[in-house]
Parts: sequence; structure tokens; C-alpha cells
Amino acid sequence: MDLQHSDAVVFMGSNMAECHPVGFKWPMKAKARGATLIHVDPRFTRTSAMCDYYVPMRSGTDIVFLGALINYVITNNKYLEEYVKEFTNAATLINEGFKDTDDPGQDGFFSGYNPQTRAYERTTWQYQTDQAPVRVPEAPPGQTSEVREGQERPPSPLPGVGARPGQLGAGTIVGANFAELIANRLPGTPKVDKALQDKNSVFQILKRHYARYTPEMVEKICGTPKDLFLKVAETITANSGKDKTTAFVYAVGWTQHTTGVQLIRTAGILQALLGNIGRPGGGIMALRGHATIQGCTDIATLYNIHPGYLNTPNANANHDTLRDYILTETQPTSFWSNTPAYVISQLRAWFGDAGTPENDYLYDTLPKITADHSHLPIFVEMAEGKIKGMIVTGQNPATSINSSFQRKAMRNLDWMVVLDSYETETAAFWRDVVYNDVDGKRVSPKDIKTEIFFVPAAHIAEKDGSMTQTQRTVQWHDKAADPPGDARSDLFFWYDLGKRLKRRYASSTAPRDLAIRHMTLDYDPAPADVAEWKHKDEPSAFKIFTEINGFDWKTKAPLNSFASLTADGNTACGAWIYTGMLQVVQGQMVNRARMTPGKNDGWVSPNWGWAWPGNRHQLYNRASADAAGNPWSPRKKFTYWDAAARTWKNDSGEGIDFVLTKAPDAAANPRGIGVAFHSGAAPFLLKTDGKAWLFAPTGTSDGPLPTHYEPWESPVKNLLYKQDQNPITKIWNVEGNKYNEFAGNEFPTVITTYRLTEHHLSGVMSRWLPWLAELMPELFVEMSPEFAAEKGITNGEYVTVSSSRGKTHARALVTKRLRPFNLDGKVVHQVGMPWHWGYMGISTGDIANNTTALVADPNVSIHEGKAFTCKIEKGKV
Amino acid sequence: MTENARGMFVDTSVCTGCKACQVACKQWNEIEPGAGPIPMTDEKAVVEHRAFTGDSYDNTGHLNAYDWRHVKFIEQIGPDRSTSDRTGARWLMMSDSCKHCEQAGCLEVCPTGALYRTQFGSVDIHQDVCIGCRYCVGACPFGVIEFNKNTGRVNKCILCQDRLEQGMSTACAKACPTSSLTYGKVDDLKRMAADRVRALHARGQTDAYIYGWDLGNSGTITAGPNKNAAVKDMEVVGGLNVFYLLMDKPEVYSLPSAPSLPQRNFAPSAGVSLISAAVLGVTGLAAFRRRRMTDAAVTAD
Repeated sequence: MDLQHSDAVVFMGSNMAECHPVGFKWPMKAKARGATLIHVDPRFTRTSAMCDYYVPMRSGTDIVFLGALINYVITNNKYLEEYVKEFTNAATLINEGFKDTDDPGQDGFFSGYNPQTRAYERTTWQYQTDQAPVRVPEAPPGQTSEVREGQERPPSPLPGVGARPGQLGAGTIVGANFAELIANRLPGTPKVDKALQDKNSVFQILKRHYARYTPEMVEKICGTPKDLFLKVAETITANSGKDKTTAFVYAVGWTQHTTGVQLIRTAGILQALLGNIGRPGGGIMALRGHATIQGCTDIATLYNIHPGYLNTPNANANHDTLRDYILTETQPTSFWSNTPAYVISQLRAWFGDAGTPENDYLYDTLPKITADHSHLPIFVEMAEGKIKGMIVTGQNPATSINSSFQRKAMRNLDWMVVLDSYETETAAFWRDVVYNDVDGKRVSPKDIKTEIFFVPAAHIAEKDGSMTQTQRTVQWHDKAADPPGDARSDLFFWYDLGKRLKRRYASSTAPRDLAIRHMTLDYDPAPADVAEWKHKDEPSAFKIFTEINGFDWKTKAPLNSFASLTADGNTACGAWIYTGMLQVVQGQMVNRARMTPGKNDGWVSPNWGWAWPGNRHQLYNRASADAAGNPWSPRKKFTYWDAAARTWKNDSGEGIDFVLTKAPDAAANPRGIGVAFHSGAAPFLLKTDGKAWLFAPTGTSDGPLPTHYEPWESPVKNLLYKQDQNPITKIWNVEGNKYNEFAGNEFPTVITTYRLTEHHLSGVMSRWLPWLAELMPELFVEMSPEFAAEKGITNGEYVTVSSSRGKTHARALVTKRLRPFNLDGKVVHQVGMPWHWGYMGISTGDIANNTTALVADPNVSIHEGKAFTCKIEKGKV
Repeated sequence: MTENARGMFVDTSVCTGCKACQVACKQWNEIEPGAGPIPMTDEKAVVEHRAFTGDSYDNTGHLNAYDWRHVKFIEQIGPDRSTSDRTGARWLMMSDSCKHCEQAGCLEVCPTGALYRTQFGSVDIHQDVCIGCRYCVGACPFGVIEFNKNTGRVNKCILCQDRLEQGMSTACAKACPTSSLTYGKVDDLKRMAADRVRALHARGQTDAYIYGWDLGNSGTITAGPNKNAAVKDMEVVGGLNVFYLLMDKPEVYSLPSAPSLPQRNFAPSAGVSLISAAVLGVTGLAAFRRRRMTDAAVTAD
């Protein structure tokens, strides 16, 4: 919604008009108000059609493009100086030992690289700091004034638990004073050079790092005409500053790369330099893939994150006990200093009264992760026969990355449960259907041992629940109709499974079963709520919603703010970021996710649903005022300091993302815990120094600054560095996942996969619906007329797209919307193929992902379906 | 035009070609999916017989008895695709349907009154009165109406007559995410359209003009094969209750620049016929008279 206030919008890595057609009305509103819209993409899409400028660019070269924009901004002094000096870490000094990719002998590597482990050691990337406060010797865990040496501790209510230190639930947090413990871990204050001149300052490092990212380099690597690149540079710099803001919009076109995380960071650096973060019409809009994928990330569909972005206990980290976990995870100098309250409230919500300080709230019963357990490595382990069973819900791995590999892997399962509304390709992978495996053979059902259970699932309108959309707004939806036949909500499936497990293990005395025995599972619906529906045992989504929101453990009253969460077990909360979506207003409980705005709600629309955290729509909005707390300009006035009232204000009703009464000139406190450590000019509360990180000393595993590496599979070598690919890319050299030769001749064509307006994801919500299926009846591959002529391909005929993994048959859609790229004298062709099809449903077609590879970004294990290489042949080969 | 005429303003400059209007139309009007070029009713046939048009992202090709709404995709991308000129490449999209003409050719030729003018100024079809003579098919200058082989009658967009009667907007306009389709009173829509053209001209997009009414705007096409050609608002067949903001000449969108009704040729041709009849009649009479005179002469003998 904020996009309507942008003066320029750059869509890059996103096809918003096609993939987010409803939200696209906001940038269109900006355009009607005079904003300039720019689309940077390998294909001229329906988004390009709506933009003022279409800027072509080869897939996988975004960091060069954005890095050159950073270079342009710095060399032409187009950055917002006060913002950069005060609100970013530009002035911070980095360790003398840091060596950049361009330094002699580095060849594209940062300092700290270990070729044996293919990993970076990050010591040299750290800030230079003053002396840290003196450490005080700490009492061993579980030793407090109440529990003295030799004295028995209060008995745990659970037999066999909390007996002795080192055992399960040893009471390591009994009497722990977290404030004291955290204070004892305060680091020194970072050293700065406010003049930005020190050669070790982030600003100077940044300047040197991108010096070779020039418009000429953009032309050679990205294939983007130089004058067009300069037009983008001029447009965004003319539309940034005190009086104007530019927004960037991206989706999986940025994430799905082996450099995905760094790619987005490049945009973050650029926007921070331009002063476009935390301000109306600015920012970086991350468009999420479907209706509540934001909610799925918040409430933990990822293996390594518990609800509310708390890290999953990890056997490889110092997470041995609850005390270790909390002290490892708590950042002493950011808003994350409140981690103890979030963790203990979450354990209280999960285990209820069974959890006590004496048994560490049953923390020890939580499973710990041991490695990367994300989608791709799980399927590699499945192929190795290490996984016996799988429950699949809301996913269709049979059409996923290197899909023939994944289908083959599933044959190793003993059992598989698929919950879906239709019999997906995954549910039917055992069937005798034609598909292109690498060996080209059909598979007989007789050869597949997997026992498959297909559980029909209810659709969205057939169940209650909440959704969190792309701008973090939670919205409630009521069930509108009974699902057909046996179809049930996913919620029912998991709830029922949980209750069955509880019954199964009710009499177990094994410590490993404690979590199942004691997890709170009390979401039975009130009879009145289900009176008019067919199924009377569907769990209450609202009860779960209440638990996520958090409540007072004794009174059961919902909590209005995460500030009321405590580390003493008196509050329970499923996910701290969501606290406040239920509020008690004048004695009445209000579900803010149900709210719809009145006519005078203004553009922020604070009464339309509820945006986490604390109904703050614009994160870090303290940055919408200058260092002194005044609006940067009247036109961009948002959050500001009211000196008379000595408080931050925002006239739109927006939640203020800052300590309300902390004056802009408040000094940093080297002994302050959490945000008290920061000064009043530090808007970025979740960062350890309160600043936007142009240089990232921690958080990224592949470098403190984004650097261009070619995609894992590319037709050309890296023009910038000797090192071609991201050196710590996650790769799987396993059977069935052969990589195309880098810069080889067999697979010379660049390919990207994408989505269309007419279909959704692997098609499960569209290819089964006749009215939608007919809109795009068949799989196609888009190619330029030049390429088609070279291959003798005519529009509409079948072609074969192949890689070392497999092949896909598709119709050729010959269109001038694609174009060849001239890369430093070499002509490289780019094609694109939507990935919506499979062998089930009404509109069937080959699977685009037959050709993709298991290869991933080292930070988050996202695959590289947006940029790889292929071979195109005429006809069905 | 009736004072209360309802219609739609189709602003092609903001159409993203999402086809939500096509789906909404079929769903509301309970049109069998794919009964047009794609026989979706027969799932097996779909698997075996594909209907990939290869014409950009167009899936129906044209309006027909089963597709009352059709999104057109017009790719205007010149041979030189490296230019930074914003006008170098365009992908025009337009959601088309029945225009509900003020002078509706279909309605005028209908011998049974099946096609009729509604209280909203739109043209609806009494399906139970239609005899399937298909005169209307030839009388429509836009190729909108088509004979339905399944029912033996004709079909086209009926401006969601049942929804309008309930005070609702058309299904397509309701579904449109970008407000490319706006339903309302034609008078209001004309004002809105004129404002929109002026706003686009102010932005330098002088190619925008209105097709369906002459609201007085004129401009110059800024891109595509017709670059630099002059365009101005045009009123056709007495005005269109569903009218368009276009960015290029009508022909680019397969719309006639000077639509006419075949029956308008009736008056002159009838005149010619009358004259011919008169001449023939006089000639005939004269012939008879000559014969009679001859006969008389013979008798007189």
C-alpha cells in the first residue's frame, strides 16, 4: 500500500503485474500520481508493459546491475549524507585484517576463506571496538541464593526430570538473572570515523569494493545497454533524497539464486545509501509467493526457525541447556535482548504447567537440528534411503527442483501421506504416467514400494483461520461452507494426529516421550461454534490464534503487547511478534485481524487488519525523521519527534518502531542493555548497533559485501573476478544431479523459470479448475525470433528443453519480448519457461523442473531455478 | 441515449491482461468452461487436443458464443530492441466484449424481438424468443454475437442484466484488479474517461483517446507502428455504452475505424429498387398497351 507514495518504483526479480495482480494497483496509483516505474528483467512481461522503462538484463547478473548503481550513487555524491552518516554503519571501522575481493591475491574471495571446509571464518570482518566492559565471574547454572550448595532443589512435578545438573531438565535457569547475565556480555562500542575518510571505514571499503562495477561492466555482463542503465541510475537518484523516495520491489526472481541473499542485500545497501529505508514510499518490497507464505515463515514452516524467528535448538551450537540456548541467542545490544521472555513464554505455551524453572520448561525435550534439513538435502537423504516416511502438505515435490530426482527419491519411502485438495503429481507419483526421467523409462507401480495415503484437504473458504500477507498484515477469515465428502482442514489432521500420539504415549516413562505427553493440545471447539457445520470436532483456529497472540498464564487474558511478555513463566505466547493482534479494549476482546477500515482510516489504514509487530506497517520508521527527529521534508513527513511533548509521534495512527520517549539526541550508553545501548539516532532496533548495515560483519556466510559471481551454471565466465561461482555454494554431487559444464558448449542457452497470472505454483489450485485451466492451456517456452531462426523453430511447434538432469517438451512461443544478449562480444540467448505444469489435473503438460538442479544459496539453501543453462532442440527429442 | 444508461469504461492503458474478467464472466453467467475453442468439458479431449493459440497470451482468439469477454494481446516490439526510448516496446492489452451500441445492428434486424433494449440501455437477449435465424450475427459490425451450436440460439455479453437488476455492477468490472473495467452510468463514465485522457496527455502519453464517444480529445500516437499518427476521440454507431480508451488506432485492436450497420444500406437500395420497379412497371404497362393496341388493331380488322 505504501508503494502509492513512491516517486519511482523499480521492479526487479519480480513480475508484479502478473504474479501479484491485485497488489499491483498500488504502484499503478503511484504512476497515476506521476511516479516513474521501471522494470528490470530478462523478459518483457506484463509488468514491463505497465512501466515507463523496460530494462533487459541477463538472468543471474543482478548484483552487477545493483552494484553499479551503488558505485554511481557514491561516485556522483548522490547519497543522502546525513542518513548515511547517522543511520548506517558507513562510519564504522572494520578490523584492519579485513581483505576484500579485489585486494592482491584475493581473486574474488574475502579474507577468512578456508578451502578445506569451503567456509569463511569471520574474525576479520568484525567492527573495531572500544574495550568491552569488565566481565564478572558468573555462578554456575542452577546456583542461586535460594538454592544453596548442598540444599535440595524444589522437586519437579515430573518424575525423572530435573534431578541433577547435566540430566534432562536440570533447572539451569533457576534463579538466573538474565539482565545481569546479558549485561555481562556487552561488547565494546564500535569505533567510527564520522568523516567517512578512514580507509577501514565501511564507506571507504564499500567505495573500493564497487569501483569496478561500472556502466560499461553492466553492458558486458548483464547485456543491458549502457544508456538504459544510466537512465535507471538517473531516475532513482533524481527520485530519492529528503523530498522524494524510491522503492524496490522483488520476488523470487531475486531469491532463487546461489547468490540470492547477497543479491537482496545489494538492494538494501543501495536503498540505505539513498536514504530510502523506513520512509514513506521507500523500502524494499518483498512480494511473497502466496496468500499466507509470510505467516508460514513467521509461524515456522522452516526447519531452522521456531515461531517468531527464534532459532531452532542446534546440536552444533551452544544450545545444550535452556540457559546456554538463551545466552547464545540473546543479543545484548539490540531489541533481541528480550529473547529470554520470548523463549520462556513460548515454552510455557507449548508445555503449560508441566514446564517449570526446575525442569527448564522442558526445553531439553525439543528436538535439535544437526545440519541443513531444508527441502533439497532432505530429498538427497531420501534418495540415499535414510528417510522412511513423509507427510506432504501444501507442496508438490514431484514437480519441484530436479523433479525426476525428487520423484525417484520418493520411491525409497516406506510410506507417504499427502494432504491436498486434488490428487497432485506427488500423490500420484507411483502411477504409470509418462514422464521424462533421465533414463527415459516409465515406472511401473509394481516397482514402487511406497504406501501412499491421500487425505483430502479442505479449501481456504471451508475453514476458519488467519492469513498474514506480504506486508505483514494479519487478516481473519471465517469458514463459508462445509468441505465436500471426507475433506478436512489441515488443522484437524495435525490436531487429531497429535491427540492420537498423546494417547499412544500416555503411559510411557521414557524421557524422549515427555514432549508428546506434555504438549498442550486443548483446541477443542466450543459446541456453539461448530453447531451449523458438518464436522463437530474441527479444532478451534481461534484458540490457536489466541495462543500465538499470548496471554497471562494465570488470568488467561490476552496480552496487548510483546512488552508485557516475561521470562518468569507468568505469560504464554506462541510467537512474540504477533502479540497485540488480540486486544482488550474497554473490557471487550477485539480480534484486530477481523477489522476493516472506516472511510477516514487514511493511507496507512491502521484499522485494516493488524500488521506485526505492534501494528507497525513501516518498519524502522524512526528513519523517516532526520537525526534531530524532524521530518526530512514536509512532503515525506511520517514519524517525528515532538520536542514539547518529549515523545515520538505519527499522525497517521501508525505504530512507532522506536522507544517512544527516547529523544533523538539521547547518547548511546555503553553499559545499556538492548536498545538502551543505542543512541537516539539509531532507527534499526534489531541490529546490534542500531544502524543499517552496509557492511555485514555477521549474518551472511558468503561475505560481508555482495559480490558478483556467475550462476552455478552459466554460459560465460566471471568478467569481474578469477573466481567464477559463489565459492561456498551448496552443491550435491549425487547420482541424478549432474551439473552442466560451466561456460561449456553443450548447454549454451540461459534459461529462467517463472509463473503466469493464469496459474498458481505447480498448478494445484488452477490446473484442476476448468475455468482457469483454459486460460493457459499448455506449457510453452518463450524465445526470441533470432534464436528461433537460428534453430529453425517456428512459433507453436514442440521443442525439447534439456539439461544434464533431464528434459521437458513444450511449445515454442516465439516473441520479440525476449532478446539475445551481447555479452562482451559474445551473443548469448535467453529463454524462459513457466513451471506450472505436471501430469495430473485437467490441463497437463511436461514439468519444467525436470531440467533444474539441486544447487543452493549457502545462507538459506534456496535453489537456483531462476538462472541456469540448457539446450533447446526442435521437435520432441 | 436513455438518461439512466449504464455501461462500462474500458481503460486499456491500465489493463494487465490477467483475464480475471474472462473467468468472472464465465462463472457468473454459468458458461461451460472451454466450450469455445478448447473443449474443456471433455477432459480427455483436453489432454489430447490442445488449444495453444501461439498468439501472445491470447487464449480464445475472438469473442464467441462461449467467450463473451476476450482479452486481446498486441505485441508492438520493433526490430531494434536495444533502445532506451520508452516507446520502443509496447504490449497492449484490451478486454473486449459487446459494446451495447446506441444503434445496435443486432437489435434492429432481429425479427422476433429476442434482442431487446433493457431499462439500462444495454442489449439483452430473450433466449426463449430467439429462433436462431442469425440475422444479428451479420448485422453486428464488431463480430460480437455468435450462434451457439449447443442451444441453436445466439449468445453475447448481456451486461450482466440480472446483476444490474439487483443494483450490482457487472461481474467482470467487479473482478478487475486494476480498474481497467469500470461499471457505472454512461454519463459519469464519459466524464471519467475525459479526465483520464487528459491526465495521460499531461504525462506525455498523447496516444490516449476515446473510442465510442467523441469527447473532444485528440493526440498523437507516441509508439508502435503508427507512431506520429494523429488520433482523436470518435463516436461510432451512435455511441457505445461500453467504450474504450485506446493507445493506438482502432484497427490495431481489431476494431473498425468506421463501423456501419448493413441495414443502413437498405434505404438507398430500396430507393433503387423502387425506381427499378417503377421503370419496369411503366415498361411493362407500355408493353401491355402496345399488345392491346395491336390486339385492338387486329380486332378492328
